[in-house]
Amino acid sequence: MTAATPSFQRARRARSVIPGFGLTMGFTLFYLSLIVLIPLAGVFFKSSQLGWDGFWHVVTHPRVLAALKLSFGAALIGALINAVFGTLVAWVFVRYRFFGKRFFDAVIDLPFALPTAVAGIALTALYSANGWVGQFLEPLGIKVAYTPLGVILACTFIGLPFVVRTVQPVLEEAEKELEEAAASLGANRLQTIVRVILPTILPAILTGFTLAFARAAGEYGSIIFIAGNMPMVSEIAPLLIIIKLEEFDYAGASAVAVAMLGLSLLLLLLINGLQIWSRRRHGQKT
Amino acid sequence: MNIQIRGIHKAFASFPALDGVNLDIESGELIALLGPSGSGKTTLLRTIAGLEFPDEGAILFGGEDIANRPVRERGVGFVFQHYALFKHMTVAENIAFGLNVRKDRPSKEAIRQRVNELLDLVQLSGLDKRYPTQLSGGQRQRVALARALAIEPKVLLLDEPFGALDAKVRKDLRRWLRELHDKTGYTTIFVTHDQEEALELADRVVVMNRGRIEQVGNNQQVYEQPATPFVFDFLGSVNILPGEVKNRELRFEGSDDVWDSESKETGLVDIYVRPHDLQLVEAAAPGLDAQVTLVQRAGAVIRISANLASSGERIELELSHLDTLARSRQPGDAIRVAPITFGLFPRAPHRQPKTLPDVVPNAPAESRERAR
Repeated sequence: MTAATPSFQRARRARSVIPGFGLTMGFTLFYLSLIVLIPLAGVFFKSSQLGWDGFWHVVTHPRVLAALKLSFGAALIGALINAVFGTLVAWVFVRYRFFGKRFFDAVIDLPFALPTAVAGIALTALYSANGWVGQFLEPLGIKVAYTPLGVILACTFIGLPFVVRTVQPVLEEAEKELEEAAASLGANRLQTIVRVILPTILPAILTGFTLAFARAAGEYGSIIFIAGNMPMVSEIAPLLIIIKLEEFDYAGASAVAVAMLGLSLLLLLLINGLQIWSRRRHGQKT
Repeated sequence: MNIQIRGIHKAFASFPALDGVNLDIESGELIALLGPSGSGKTTLLRTIAGLEFPDEGAILFGGEDIANRPVRERGVGFVFQHYALFKHMTVAENIAFGLNVRKDRPSKEAIRQRVNELLDLVQLSGLDKRYPTQLSGGQRQRVALARALAIEPKVLLLDEPFGALDAKVRKDLRRWLRELHDKTGYTTIFVTHDQEEALELADRVVVMNRGRIEQVGNNQQVYEQPATPFVFDFLGSVNILPGEVKNRELRFEGSDDVWDSESKETGLVDIYVRPHDLQLVEAAAPGLDAQVTLVQRAGAVIRISANLASSGERIELELSHLDTLARSRQPGDAIRVAPITFGLFPRAPHRQPKTLPDVVPNAPAESRERAR
């Protein structure tokens, strides 16, 4: 019996339903290293030339701190706005039929496809003091272009498709029967939405929020046109990196990059934790 | 709560899903809506619930017309085929949902007590903190039932409640539901396409076809005195043989023997005979000659397939294993067959098998037999 065991095991391994684990896993690790890990490690390596004190000195500089605050703050606010209104848009697309639905559905993806500079210039033209929209906001004392508000606007613009596209399929899949069940049990529309539908799509909203946030935090092209880039006021961290690079301050640039990387990682981990928690509440295995 | 349904019409686009349905349901009855897919049974149930609204007609709950009231105000307990449990809530939260959304919400303690009672009733005590995904299909359906019962509904509506469960669980749950109904006494209507389920479970069976009610009756009536060829065919297997009625005498095609007929029908008829209503007789007795093609022994039942000598028409017989004439029959044997009881219907213009393709997709086209 013992002699037969090895060949039995080999036979079992050969019969695995999904072949090629070794090869695909190896490729995955190699690919991830090449595309993600090695470049990121390079950033850490470069910034380590400054030493701990030098690094700390660079990232605690008031201008850098202000830029980081703006980048992450605006990205968070933009992602929050998208989480609310993107969900609404997804709801309308899933639930109602209307004229031009396909057209508008395609429009949602534009922020994905549009070159970011084009988006930035368009937004600036619209919201500047004499732009189509800006001229009406100006008398109300609301300045959008060349202020942090403009940064938030750009972040919202580029993040919208992420929320819509993650929530849409989940909403489509959400059984209509759940709503019917809630209604038959006496729940009104609001109770049905708050107690049944929102909890069902919450994980998808969180995913969309995360994606929108990550995209907005790293966004450069569309923001720099509308932001005005005033140091301490409307200057974003990616721009600061470019400025440092143009001054040949490679170590300083990578220090800011490391700070961004660390903060991003921290926030993403936090949101992931939130997702795991919300999935646990569904009684699903993570 | 007694329910009256009066002249309900309902069309989806141009397809009439319900075409003039009238039905009276007594308080405390257990009713089965039985029919093939597309017969309108689910639409009727959803119309009673208020999940669909009729184009025409009235639905009276205890004498009050509620046809235009939304489901929320009807006080119906609805159980879905695929449970429709709220996945983000525990079993207890699911059951308490209907109580929690009330304007006059009971106290927390009262809700907890009610949930525990219901958990006891559906035999799921101790599973209150589980999530639906951690339960088996049968358990989920019982949670759905408890959730529907929590609001103390005027009527309990179940849409193919056992449709998504496997055969063994389905049988157990069926018996259990009957006991539950006898204990609680809710007026209950359930939809099914399984004739065995309808006959075993319900006080009365409503057989539906193409948006109309074909027959309403207790299980004995619909099985033994089917009102229409459709009901005959849908509830169990049937042989359809050609014949003719003259002067209250029935003659099978290809036979000189005569049977008494109390039917008012005259002229060409289709004779509907269930396989177990055929018997073997001695060569001299009145009957039809046939040749055995297949013999199957299944427990206490001997199934014989035979071709009629006169027309070559295939017939099916189900005989007791105690029948001395049936024993030791072999393919090729000549037999003589006589009907014990039968139903007569005017000859259908084209004698196609009545089997609906969407119910038994694999049934051979030439077969008259409805697979059970």
